[in-house]
Amino acid sequence: MSLNNMLENLVNIENMSFRRDERVIYDDITLSIPKGKVTAIMGPSGIGKTTLLRLIGGQLKPQSGNILFKGKNIPKLARNDLYELRKSMSMLFQSGALFTDMSVYDNVAFPIREHTNLSEALIEKIVLMKLEAVGLRGAKHLNPNELSGGMARRAALARAIALDPELILFDEPFAGQDPISMGVIVRLIRALNDALGLTSVVVSHDVPEVMGIADYIYIIAEQKIIGQGTPEEITQQTSPLVQQFIKGESDGPVPFHYAAPSYRDELIGKGA
Amino acid sequence: MMGFFQLLGRKVISRLLGLGRAVILLSSALVHVPNVKKGTPLLIKQLYAVGVQSLIIIVVSGLFIGMVLALQGYTILVGYGAEASLGPMVALSLLRELGPVVSALLFAGRAGSALTAEIGLMRATEQLSSLEMMAIDPLRRVVAPRFWAGVISLPLLAAIFSAVGILGAHLVGVDWLGVDGGTFWSVMQSQVDFDRDIMNGIIKSLFFAFVVTWIAVYKGYECIPTSEGIAKATTQTVVQSSLLVLALDFVLTALMFTQ
Amino acid sequence: MLSKKIEIMVGLFTALGIAALLMLSLKVADSGLSGSGDTYQLYAKFDNIGGLKVRSPIKVGGVLVGRVSKIALDAQGYTPVVTLDIDAQYNNFSEATSVSILTAGLLGEQYIGLLPGFMDDSVGTLKSGDFIEDTKPALVLEELIGQFLFSQGND
Repeated sequence: MSLNNMLENLVNIENMSFRRDERVIYDDITLSIPKGKVTAIMGPSGIGKTTLLRLIGGQLKPQSGNILFKGKNIPKLARNDLYELRKSMSMLFQSGALFTDMSVYDNVAFPIREHTNLSEALIEKIVLMKLEAVGLRGAKHLNPNELSGGMARRAALARAIALDPELILFDEPFAGQDPISMGVIVRLIRALNDALGLTSVVVSHDVPEVMGIADYIYIIAEQKIIGQGTPEEITQQTSPLVQQFIKGESDGPVPFHYAAPSYRDELIGKGA
Repeated sequence: MMGFFQLLGRKVISRLLGLGRAVILLSSALVHVPNVKKGTPLLIKQLYAVGVQSLIIIVVSGLFIGMVLALQGYTILVGYGAEASLGPMVALSLLRELGPVVSALLFAGRAGSALTAEIGLMRATEQLSSLEMMAIDPLRRVVAPRFWAGVISLPLLAAIFSAVGILGAHLVGVDWLGVDGGTFWSVMQSQVDFDRDIMNGIIKSLFFAFVVTWIAVYKGYECIPTSEGIAKATTQTVVQSSLLVLALDFVLTALMFTQ
Repeated sequence: MLSKKIEIMVGLFTALGIAALLMLSLKVADSGLSGSGDTYQLYAKFDNIGGLKVRSPIKVGGVLVGRVSKIALDAQGYTPVVTLDIDAQYNNFSEATSVSILTAGLLGEQYIGLLPGFMDDSVGTLKSGDFIEDTKPALVLEELIGQFLFSQGND
């Protein structure tokens, strides 16, 4: 907590509540993303971690509260201002979401061509540099459907850093990766964050990977933040829910059994 | 009993909401200053996907329908000694009704379903969200070029359909069944009026193009992003746009061709 | 990014579409007076217009010279007044021209037939807005049958 106060925060979420239909997803939460660091958002599946990224990106609007990015309140922005602000942030989707009708090169060049007037020669240099950073310079002519899942994600990462954003949001970057790809992604997130001075927000539930690269961790469950701190602080937190999550225990505050009537009654019948 | 009315009310309200969303989708996509340099390549690419690739089915169908019209028409007219009227009969049927309507139905099946599936898949693979997060409006970049391509292509396809149909009818009527070639064209020319038949046919086509393309892009954009969702949306595009084309055809015909 | 092939195909497609439209307009539709060219108006009063409709053709000896643009009742006597749109190039109709409502074929559509009248120095030409004086009403089937039965009955 003291660490956060000293550093400048790129994103500040204050007293934010968000509901989808009848279900409350977030209930009055406050968190901050420090600049230049890797912040992780963890929690059980289905808790709404991706929703948090969409809220920061302005794709969803909270019912109440502020989401401040560089001092501007995202939910209150007009459409044009929001689009302007989005040029400083990038999101890496779980599937990579490369455009399937163009090559890897054109995918990475896409945001540059759309938002700048740079010459093709200059764009080529930039694209090659970004691809080199993720290790895919040799794959620039391939089509997205010729890439493996891990490579697609790396290509999407190259596209995400094409315009040198200030903030990158990662949605479950480690999900379903083999150990080697996992290692590659982990290394890239950390390396790019430090080399380019980025601020990264990683949403994941892969505990060991997150512990390895995060500077600060928030654990979200039951519509609230149930734990936060540096990796060391988190492992020492005594809350049973945090401990169950970190250790990966199958039963605890999040029960093994889905709510059901008495087992004896169902099996044998009420008559007996 | 009350439950029935409730259900009906709910359905009506959800349809109205859907219509409202569709209108907002279209206006957001179209109402803006067009960027000619960036937009034209997109439009051309979509014209290819939507128009050029529908050519084969339109030409083949037009040819066969024209030929069948001539065949059937001849057998009926010859009973009244009126086979000289084969030309205008075929031409008027094609220009006023079959051309615009059948090409719209074929278009809905071929291009409409493809549009819905493509946009639905882009939504399912989060490509549309990526565009949003890259500060590019997916409505302007993805929806608008496809919409304009549809509106431009279908009238052209309908014209090609009618033209090929008339040529096919000529093939069967004159070359095969022995109707006099000169009579075929001259009686046709005396009966077909540019404003009444050709222009009305084109206007019908424009209406159909608007409706079919609008439904196709809306269903794709709003579908549930799963494989079943896309399949359902694609089916709905074909069914709903086909029905709407037929209903609209009745209304337009009543407006255009009654005294 | 845009391959040459795609651009050419789209160009061909558009050309094909325009060619089809041209073919339809020129070869299929009647390239007569519809919409093109200047016209002037003449008026004619009839007792009965029969099955005459707006846009019915006006012919002289079978040649199309114009179309009916309006059918209304005269404000005073409630007599039918037909407005004739005549092609401007045929502006030499004598005031003695007669107009009648004829039927094309046995049960065909009705059209206006103009019989150009006698032309000499004492007779002027019809100008825009003039009334044609010599009109013959349309043949109404019921009246014909009535006349026929009447004449039969008299034998």
